[in-house]
Amino acid sequence: MSARSTPAAPSAFFARRRRNYRRFIIPALVVVGAVIIFPWLFTVWMSAFDWKIGSVAHFVGFDNYVNLATNQRFIESIGHTFYFTVLAVVVPLVLGTIAALIFHREFRWRGVLRAVFTMPMMATPVAIALVWTMMFHPQQGVLNYLLSLVGLPPSLWVYSPTLVIPSLVLVEIWHWTPLVMLIVLGGLAALPTEPYESARLDGATEWQLFRFITLPLIAPFLIVAAVIRTIDAVKAFDTIYVISQGGPGTASETINLYLYLQAFAFYNVGNASAVVVVFFGIILALALLLLHVRQRAQWAVL
Amino acid sequence: MTDFDRHTSRISRRKLLQAGAAAAALGTIPGPLQRAAQAQGAFDWKKFKGEKIEVLLVKSPRGDILTKYHKEFEDLTGIAVGSEMIPEQQQRQKAVIEFNSGNPSFDVIAISYHVQKRQFAKNNWLADLRPMMNDKALTDPNLDFNDFAKGGLNYAVEPDGRVNSVPFNLDPWVVYYNKEIFGAKSVAYPKTFAEMLDAAAKLNDPSKGVAGFVGRGLKNANVPVWTSFLLGYGGGFIDANGKLMTDRPEAIEAGKMYQALLGKYGPQGVAGFNWNESQSLFLQGKAAMWLDGIGFAQPLEDPAKSRIVGKVGYGVMPAGPKQRVSALFADGEGISTYSKKKGPAWFYLQWASNKENQTRILQAAAGAPVRNSAYAMAQKSSDFKAPKEWVECMLASAAIAQPGLPIIAPVTEFRDVFGIALTNMINGADPAAELKKATADFQPVLDKSEKA
Repeated sequence: MSARSTPAAPSAFFARRRRNYRRFIIPALVVVGAVIIFPWLFTVWMSAFDWKIGSVAHFVGFDNYVNLATNQRFIESIGHTFYFTVLAVVVPLVLGTIAALIFHREFRWRGVLRAVFTMPMMATPVAIALVWTMMFHPQQGVLNYLLSLVGLPPSLWVYSPTLVIPSLVLVEIWHWTPLVMLIVLGGLAALPTEPYESARLDGATEWQLFRFITLPLIAPFLIVAAVIRTIDAVKAFDTIYVISQGGPGTASETINLYLYLQAFAFYNVGNASAVVVVFFGIILALALLLLHVRQRAQWAVL
Repeated sequence: MTDFDRHTSRISRRKLLQAGAAAAALGTIPGPLQRAAQAQGAFDWKKFKGEKIEVLLVKSPRGDILTKYHKEFEDLTGIAVGSEMIPEQQQRQKAVIEFNSGNPSFDVIAISYHVQKRQFAKNNWLADLRPMMNDKALTDPNLDFNDFAKGGLNYAVEPDGRVNSVPFNLDPWVVYYNKEIFGAKSVAYPKTFAEMLDAAAKLNDPSKGVAGFVGRGLKNANVPVWTSFLLGYGGGFIDANGKLMTDRPEAIEAGKMYQALLGKYGPQGVAGFNWNESQSLFLQGKAAMWLDGIGFAQPLEDPAKSRIVGKVGYGVMPAGPKQRVSALFADGEGISTYSKKKGPAWFYLQWASNKENQTRILQAAAGAPVRNSAYAMAQKSSDFKAPKEWVECMLASAAIAQPGLPIIAPVTEFRDVFGIALTNMINGADPAAELKKATADFQPVLDKSEKA
């Protein structure tokens, strides 16, 4: 009340209010501390131990990291993760944009078809993975049957060390292209119509309309889609685990699968913690890169 | 990874006189179990009336049967049973974490010997059952270890004589073969490894989409296929000094055998096959031979799933140059060393492995029970559909069975490291070089686990 009556009071009032607010932060701080900061610090701490569950832990300092740096299997798993991520981001982004452009046009049954197109997104990853596993079967799978119908030789799909990652990406594409489509569709719906009208008057072709108007205008949405897809692809586990288990051999073993084996199959908790910390570093670097790209994209002309 | 968890077959009302004969041939049982087998006297099942125990089982057709009949145990003993049944992989993780905490939530736990035996024994997680076995007030005279297959009992006894568990179910590896494919080219079922390679070569017909041989190529899952050969060549896993024997000539010969059978006479893509892909190929009549665990008779004889009903031969593993061995996997049940209710828990173990429950497993096609008498008892049931040949194969295999994996704690890592080597062999890598590398990679892991 006094704050309103005297003109000098407001700053004191706000200062007091700020002080009072602090205690309301405490619950959030406690929760964040308990579920994010503490586990994180504990993981870093564990990574300094040689600890297999069921035996005594020994402090080894940075040994786990040194071992990882020379561990060929781990280094290969980083390579597999990047290979998988790049394919699983770029291809859905391109296909999703094309799908969005198509579904942005007016045509009969558009609503129904859009709904059908988004259906894969709603299915459970493990169920999808099991179905695709059957489809990939080199002798009895439907995919090789389809290839034979158009006269192509059968492929080994996930049963071949060289094809396994592209084949797994195929599942990812089928599953997540609709998400990109939805995001880009939202962007297209928000576009102004004036630039298109004036460009048409100037005689621009359809391709020019897309390249110089649509693409720059939906760029922020594409970046959002890319960020979401990247996060999803880097952490992909369920489909890979169910379909190939990282195989044949270690041909599709990503960091996540390597980590799972170390932690939950071999119980090498110290080593697994070191993998987590390195993985965290990689994700952090990736996130910074994407943020940087996003900021550039807001101002740059594509 | 639930690769050992499959359905077995039903056995029809055929005469199974062989069952008893084969049971007698299973040889002597390990010393520590003999005294218990001779325990006699009236037995009071109600001794622990009013107590309550917790049981941790694996989700499987066998776990389902036990859970279904828990009421029977409660009525018999007056002991209440709280049970939890979770998938194999999760059960193994839960066991490790809870035992490690020193205060597990269960009194009785189901164990897979091939994965958990050494781990549990090294950490002393299971109670020694011998004192209770030798106590006439605690052990039902009908327990009768003479009725248990020797391979299963060997798994239950530790090198120092401790008995940590009671075996429950067996999974010896056998060769399923397609009699029609064999018959069309007048090839006889192989008796030796050399004949097996020969048969695979003769029967392999890629133009018709028929593979001479099929089996697991997927890393980790594939290791028992190779160890089946390794044992036949007279090879072993670890010598007396704790050194791996997996790069010795016997192991390399077994690797070459594996490479030839799967890489040369196997189907396309076999490097990614687990038992389920192998099964579906064999079911379609597209493979002449399939080496895997005993438990697949039911799908093979089911007209709804199989195109080869009545044409399946069940063969005992052919003999290697040194010996004839069937690689064995088995499950049992033990009591947590931390349990405060070891008496009631021991009662549960005796009940779970009694003749009725063992017969139920067979009748429900839920496994291959360790009690020999179950096979004779099951024939009395009217819906017992498994072929006689399957029962004969089972009993003959159990009699020549040896552990199919080394009894070590890091067995999952063993399977992973050697599994990768084997998958690489299918894709053309040199067996000697791959095994040398795998052995070098795994030796430090083994040393560390035995030292810790």
